[in-house]
Amino acid sequence: MTLQVLYFAWLRERIGLGRELVETNATTIADLVEELRAREDRYAAAFADMTTVRAALDQELVPLETPLGSAREVAFFPPMTGG
Amino acid sequence: MTDFAPRIVVTQDDFDLGAEAEALEAGPDTGAVVTFTGRVRNVADGLHHMEIEHYPGMTERALTEIAEQAAARWPLSGITVIHRYGALRPGARIMMVATASRHRDAAFEAASFLMDYLKSRAPFWKKEVTGAGADWVDAKDSDEDALARWSDTGT
Repeated sequence: MTLQVLYFAWLRERIGLGRELVETNATTIADLVEELRAREDRYAAAFADMTTVRAALDQELVPLETPLGSAREVAFFPPMTGG
Repeated sequence: MTDFAPRIVVTQDDFDLGAEAEALEAGPDTGAVVTFTGRVRNVADGLHHMEIEHYPGMTERALTEIAEQAAARWPLSGITVIHRYGALRPGARIMMVATASRHRDAAFEAASFLMDYLKSRAPFWKKEVTGAGADWVDAKDSDEDALARWSDTGT
């Protein structure tokens, strides 16, 4: 399936882009992270410590083990610092 | 669930605090309006500006969801949440929440709840830019802990 993948804050900076289309067979968000990590060093660097990475599936905050299902958009970002 | 729509604004522009507070005073049943404003403070190294990034689309959804939870939990007659993004200089307003109710307790508590949730559940990220460089602001454990006090009655 084709997913729109978005990166924010230092993940965006480390990977060097804010969004991209990703062709994947991953079944969960964690699987997708594994696929991305294997691609290039900059992805491996961005996803080196998953305790500092949060994810949203179709703009809903979810755990990393969440199945991708029929989602169209996945976003990765550090813990939020609003307010 | 509620008879008002929360006013949610995500913008680069500054806002008129007085006008926003006054707008919430409308209605004969409103006995209390609480406002909170967050501003950019200076840091030890001398802050040039704060860069605030957000996730367009999800931000509005998350803020609306948090406001709806507050409206379901307290007897409110109005909620306003405004959050800015982009480059903000020291002293600039970053955001505000305001709540209106018949009585102050509900207004204070709901405003506090909104702040606690939007700090760690609304997709904003802050970066401090000083003469020495730029650093993303780390989330604080205390912000996450602050959510725990609202979980006892489950929302």
